[in-house]
Amino acid sequence: MGTQTGIGASVKRKEDKRFIIGKGRYLDDISRPGQTYGYFIRSPHAHAKITSLDSTAALKAPGVVAVLTGPDMQADGIGPLICGWGITSKDGTPHKAPAHPALAIGRVRYVGHQVALVVAETLQQARDAAELVEIEYEELDHVIEVGDALAAGAPQIHDDVPGNLSFDWELGDRAKTDGAISAAHHVTRMKLRNNRLIPNAMEPRAALGDYDSGTDEITLYTTSQNPHVHRLVLSAFNAVAPEHKLRVIAPDVGGGFGSKIFIYSEETVCAWATKKLNRPIKWTAERSESFLSDAHGRDHETFAEMAFDANGKILGLKVSTKANVGCYLSTFASAVPTYLYGTLLSGQYTIPAIYCEVQAGFTNTAPVDAYRGAGRPEATYVVERMIEIGAREMGIDPAEIRKRNFIAPDAYPYETPVIMTYDSGNYALAMDKALEAIDYSGFAARKAQSQTKGKLRGIGFSAFIEACGIAPSAAVGSLGAGVGLWESAQVRFNPTGSVTVFTGSHSHGQGHETTFAQIISDQLGVPIDQVEISHGDTGKVPFGMGTYGSRSLAVGGSAIMKAIDKIVEKSKKIAAHTLEASVEDIEHSGGVFKVAGTDKQMTMAEIAFSAYVPHNYPADVEPGMDETAFYDPLNFTFPAGTHIAEVEIDPDTGTTEILDWVAVDDFGNVINPMIVEGQVHGGIAQGIGQALLENCVYDKESGQLLTGSYMDYCMPRADDLPTFRVQTINTPCKTNPLGVKGCGEAGAISAPAALMNAITNALGKEIDMPATPEKVWRAAQGL
Amino acid sequence: MYHFEYQRPATLDEAVALLKEDCKLLAGGQTLLPTMKQRLAQPEMLVDLGAIETLRGVCPDDDKLAIGAMTTHAEVASKADIPALACLAAGIGDPQVRNRGTIGGSVANNDPAADYPAAVLGLNAQITTNKRVIAADDFFVDLFETALEENEIIINVTFPRPQAAAYVKFDNPASRYAIVGVFVAKTGGGVRVAVTGAGPCVFRHKDLETALTSNFSAQSVDTVTVSATGLNNDLHASAEYRANLIKVLTKRAVAQIGG
Ligand SMILES: Cc1cc2nc3c(=O)[nH]c(=O)nc-3n(C[C@H](O)[C@H](O)[C@H](O)COP(=O)(O)OP(=O)(O)OC[C@H]3O[C@@H](n4cnc5c(N)ncnc54)[C@H](O)[C@@H]3O)c2cc1C
Repeated sequence: MGTQTGIGASVKRKEDKRFIIGKGRYLDDISRPGQTYGYFIRSPHAHAKITSLDSTAALKAPGVVAVLTGPDMQADGIGPLICGWGITSKDGTPHKAPAHPALAIGRVRYVGHQVALVVAETLQQARDAAELVEIEYEELDHVIEVGDALAAGAPQIHDDVPGNLSFDWELGDRAKTDGAISAAHHVTRMKLRNNRLIPNAMEPRAALGDYDSGTDEITLYTTSQNPHVHRLVLSAFNAVAPEHKLRVIAPDVGGGFGSKIFIYSEETVCAWATKKLNRPIKWTAERSESFLSDAHGRDHETFAEMAFDANGKILGLKVSTKANVGCYLSTFASAVPTYLYGTLLSGQYTIPAIYCEVQAGFTNTAPVDAYRGAGRPEATYVVERMIEIGAREMGIDPAEIRKRNFIAPDAYPYETPVIMTYDSGNYALAMDKALEAIDYSGFAARKAQSQTKGKLRGIGFSAFIEACGIAPSAAVGSLGAGVGLWESAQVRFNPTGSVTVFTGSHSHGQGHETTFAQIISDQLGVPIDQVEISHGDTGKVPFGMGTYGSRSLAVGGSAIMKAIDKIVEKSKKIAAHTLEASVEDIEHSGGVFKVAGTDKQMTMAEIAFSAYVPHNYPADVEPGMDETAFYDPLNFTFPAGTHIAEVEIDPDTGTTEILDWVAVDDFGNVINPMIVEGQVHGGIAQGIGQALLENCVYDKESGQLLTGSYMDYCMPRADDLPTFRVQTINTPCKTNPLGVKGCGEAGAISAPAALMNAITNALGKEIDMPATPEKVWRAAQGL
Repeated sequence: MYHFEYQRPATLDEAVALLKEDCKLLAGGQTLLPTMKQRLAQPEMLVDLGAIETLRGVCPDDDKLAIGAMTTHAEVASKADIPALACLAAGIGDPQVRNRGTIGGSVANNDPAADYPAAVLGLNAQITTNKRVIAADDFFVDLFETALEENEIIINVTFPRPQAAAYVKFDNPASRYAIVGVFVAKTGGGVRVAVTGAGPCVFRHKDLETALTSNFSAQSVDTVTVSATGLNNDLHASAEYRANLIKVLTKRAVAQIGG
């Protein structure tokens, strides 16, 4: 079909017009008649007992409708928030996930913990009244770092979780790995810290609950990456309303990065309270609330050992990680440092023995959950830092050592020792292209030139792999997932030939309205401006598992392909009838249905019209042209590639300047190269943010969040970043109909290791993220 | 924000007449309004100085440059003909902040990490208020504290022209305020070195001034020991690192001037 708008074309994003002219409709743009405003009172303490809560004065304040608390919710039978992935510890016991009431009951466990909701006619009145709610706390000892939380004698955060240990999980073969390490020529040993991050989507989280007493239906507008998952959990576990009486709408959502997957307190409370009060209630997070209470990301303390033979061939990898999960297990918190982490520790390499153990510890901090990459950046950081350091210690070129360990292009399917089966890849090709693009052979000369200016130059590699397209339902079910991870799509032709696609994927910046339309345009020959992609409303879309884990195209796009197959199949019957041929003789290509060997044909538009005006129509075919398909993936997909960063350090101030960045990624087939490049740019920027700038810090003494605003939490900005030079190679994925792998997280997964390898290469010394000027200065000065 | 009254007088006299207890002057609002939004300040009345034309503008003279208190950072960046000062103003915040924030507001606020105080002190400027003229050396008292009395209004800041000057700032990567900023000025009365960001309040580094007055060169900076004692120690930088930056930035400023 038309290469202008089909698969492989850099079609400009259809959705951007409304965003650019200010017509995007984000949550706070929506208001309902008679709407009230909610303001959450949050804990000022890291850990305390609530000894009393008195709302008498607040209830008398102007405009106040209600002050609602945890016990009120409990009395109404609203269940606690859940963790949807069960992890089993080494000893066979299930993970410990203490009850997480949406509003605190008796005890608060982090600064920002939701204590009460004040509802008033205006936001101003709600805020004023919140100051009149008298709450007395009795402070308890708190603990912030996971290492401290898991140490003997740490303050107990939950009475029913001894030692603050949620689970102690393992993967791989311990004995075999220990054997490999003890027999090795060389073992690299390192402590690695994966710093804690705060997501910072541009649009803060928000919720608007709207109860209709006539139909007894609750509509919850919320900033969700997966509205159907919200609906499922809120009805099945929280008992806010039965599923058919709850409609969840996630309109335009301004970024998620994982942080809007989860079912949080605030939307649960708004959905419940709107019915209780019979008034619409809107809550929009202030930026400081986002810092305090969005689920944070990463936060690992790791000790790793990588064993090599004399040629630099990796013999084994042993990884021991303490993961900070915050004060409660958030929706998917348990999966992130386990099955999204340990399973990727083979990287792009043939490693005969791998063992990984992870202890997840509760702390008095915000819950930690998936954040762009979710587990895979942490895994890549371990593998790519360890191999780089190993190369340094053994005096082997870092590109060369990787090549000696790459899985060969003819070795697929390749089964790793950590339960993944890679379907396809070509790691050496990506590496070679990246080496050429960065002019690796010219690096020594460039380094010498920097030296003449008193600067330290460094180059760093990251040959990352990730598992995307999450995931085959049976596989994840066997690993503890509480849900299936398929996707649905409905392709509806209108009688006039235009198409509406209802997808369970949710776009919050990814550009689905364009990419998905390109698939329809390509496969069915519909002009792209005749294709509408509808998403984000449980009242419209059949069902959906949502967008995360770079799954939208690989799983949601494949569901569209399956629906297209049904459309084609039905269309063939209609064409055969109309053209007086047998169905077997109808050939389809790009929306044109032809009788083989003749010039008799019908277009998709003609067939659609006939399906709705079935005057001359096959007797055994239903009218209408509207097909729904569900697609359950056969495997994960495995995007991979090589990123190379080149930096220059000013040893007097410790400032790092990123001079060059080359990314060669294998995303399988590419639908829209421009959107892919944009995703890679954004991901790299976030990865650079983690390595250089971002760091969530709680004060150990007070438990207060020190990086609670942009004054102290440093997001990457355009002038922190170089021009990225992005290429793709295209080894089609063998397990989905589009041959696509997913690109949304690659940059964030790959970049931290590449940058830290470059910085430490320049310094000749190992340091942890983030490489702040002071840290770099100290290393450069030998302090 | 809490409830407050709002007044926008057209003249300085009207403004003075309005002043009362628990009232705040509003300039660009870039510091005051966020503080009020966070409910950390609760003035009963705001007196917006924005309509008073006489408080605005850059007035060059042979030997000095007077800048009205309500002149925005953007105007100073484009119009001040002391290059070091224009360059300093151009490096404050972002375009939105520079087009709202004012020199008077910044100086009155005396944020320990703000840029202007370094120029005011480094250039030995005078602050003219509705009551008196205050020398820079007497103006910046302590953390967020100045010699201004309650409801004293800054009218302008007058900068004597230096022989040469330079400002070098090391940004806090997050806020882009100064972790350390050093303003070096060669003046008739010797070299002045004003340091912002490093301590609780902008200060002159007398040892650096003495060394540079006798020998204006980077080597001369190297002979001076910059002590970390009393310097800020926070999430972003230790006192020791700040002490290092004072030296490095001073050398860079000296090099810019051509020492
Ligand atoms: C995102 C951001 C980034 C920033 N980055 C920087 C930076 O890099 N460097 C930097 O130096 N600053 C920075 N600032 C601060 C900015 O420069 C402010 O504009 C400045 O500190 C205050 O000026 P204002 O005109 O906005 O004053 P306002 O906020 O209106 O007032 C500040 C205080 O000064 C008082 N005041 C105002 N005018 C007068 C007057 N004429 N006489 C007496 N008192 C008066 C007010 O009553 C108030 O107490 C930043 C601010 C923001 C929001």
